[in-house]
Amino acid sequence: MTSPDDRTLTETGLPPRGRGRILVIACGALAHEITALKRANGWDHLDLACLPAIWHNHPERIAPGVRAAVARHRDAYDAIFVAYADCGTGGGLAATCAELGVAMIAGPHCYAFFDGLDRFTARADDEIAAFYLTDFLARQFDAFVWRPLGLDRYPELAKTYFGNYEKLVYLAQTDDPALEAKARDCAARLGLDYERRFTGYGDLETALARLG
Amino acid sequence: MADEEEDDIILSELPDDELVPQMGDDLYDGLKDEVAEGVNILLERGWAPYRILTEALVSGMTVVGNDFRDGILFVPEVLQAANAMKAGMAILKPLLAETGAPKMGKMVIGTVKGDIHDIGKNLVSMMMEGAGFDVVDLGINTDVDQYLGALETEQPDILGMSALLTTTMPYMKVVIDTMAERGIRGDYIVLVGGAPLNEEFGRAIGADAYCRDAAVAVETAKAFVARKHNQMAAG
Ligand code: B12
Repeated sequence: MTSPDDRTLTETGLPPRGRGRILVIACGALAHEITALKRANGWDHLDLACLPAIWHNHPERIAPGVRAAVARHRDAYDAIFVAYADCGTGGGLAATCAELGVAMIAGPHCYAFFDGLDRFTARADDEIAAFYLTDFLARQFDAFVWRPLGLDRYPELAKTYFGNYEKLVYLAQTDDPALEAKARDCAARLGLDYERRFTGYGDLETALARLG
Repeated sequence: MADEEEDDIILSELPDDELVPQMGDDLYDGLKDEVAEGVNILLERGWAPYRILTEALVSGMTVVGNDFRDGILFVPEVLQAANAMKAGMAILKPLLAETGAPKMGKMVIGTVKGDIHDIGKNLVSMMMEGAGFDVVDLGINTDVDQYLGALETEQPDILGMSALLTTTMPYMKVVIDTMAERGIRGDYIVLVGGAPLNEEFGRAIGADAYCRDAAVAVETAKAFVARKHNQMAAG
């Protein structure tokens, strides 16, 4: 099983392979993690389809995109699971999933479910000035943060965006020294303090493990 | 190439009916020096500050807002345009009061507790000022005591709350419920906004209105303030 490249995951997503009883429809930013979990746990009953990760910056596209994907694939599988949290849809994705009768991941976003929803919520008040990265976002920092926010063209905007932030917290799914160095560099570029927190796959793993 | 053409334009040589659209283009492109220059030219030509504000700046920024809504522009372009508008407003602001620009009312605004997204809120503040409202900005991470304290000291017509996170939007209800407990909910117009909100949410928490963007915020604020004044006149 070869991992798709990040550019495809960001812009177009990933079609299912057509193997497995249960289809996981996921954000492209979770493709590597779900593929790794499938491999490590031998979850051959799970097939994976990904939607463009860049919808992260356009949350209004997520619920309609998930609805279309469910409609397209529904007949070919016993069940469908949506590997998204709310992701800024303001409850819109939860409403769509409830209407379609498919389950999704609890919580506001991937930072929370990687960290573990309970832990994240407990810390929320103390970490208001923290900006989070995951493995995917550390790798794709330029495509998801730097360029969309225009920092390549207008570096002076960094203050407008991050003036109220204090630290960058890298929520690490894996132990990868190269990524750690990358995340540290992202913090430096934004002028923020740096902290690394190993989370593993958190609630993503528990949610997928429940899919019989 | 386009740049070279731009360079050829000498703003002061354009007649008003070409200068104003050109300023709209410059604002759209985030050219703050050009926008400031245009404002000064119109002032020299005897335009009233309020007319410059509405016809040259606010109208240009409305186009930016619409293109953001339609996905044609993203956040950095909006910020560049907003900075250009700010440069123009900085010139006009001191002149507005002394030239009898209309006063529409007063608004206290802040991003709710737990949330430090402020781009949308700042845009709303700017467009409200552009429409003649006084705006008191409480900044980010605003708790219920700060909101209520400001209502008491500032006595605004409108309270505005912004939230961009699913986890922070419910806090708006905390503020509105506390206002109701203290018996002051009816004294203020409560407007709420932020990308994850919608009309249904605004209704559910007891706000007067949810506003999709800054232009809608201005229209809604004007309509509610006019209604409030009419009621006061009638009562
Ligand atoms: C830019 C941005 C940031 C910037 C914020 C910079 C700043 N100073 O504000 C940065 C990069 C720093 C950032 C940080 C974070 N962000 Co952010 N961010 C965004 C992004 C891309 C755009 C928001 C924006 O500025 N839009 C531009 C303005 C003009 O639009 P607007 O805010 O909607 O405002 C308009 C209307 O809504 C309305 N309006 C707004 N407020 C009000 C108020 C009133 C009274 C009225 C009437 C109208 C009104 O009028 C405005 C003008 O037209 C959104 C995604 C998106 N496209 O919405 C994510 C998004 C909101 N962020 C998100 C997240 C998760 C975060 C972080 C937790 C991420 C992290 N990596 O740590 C932190 C937040 C920390 C915290 N405690 O607040 C999520 C929220 C998910 C969720 N479940 O809630 C989003 C949806 C991205 C995503 N899909 O994951 N973010």
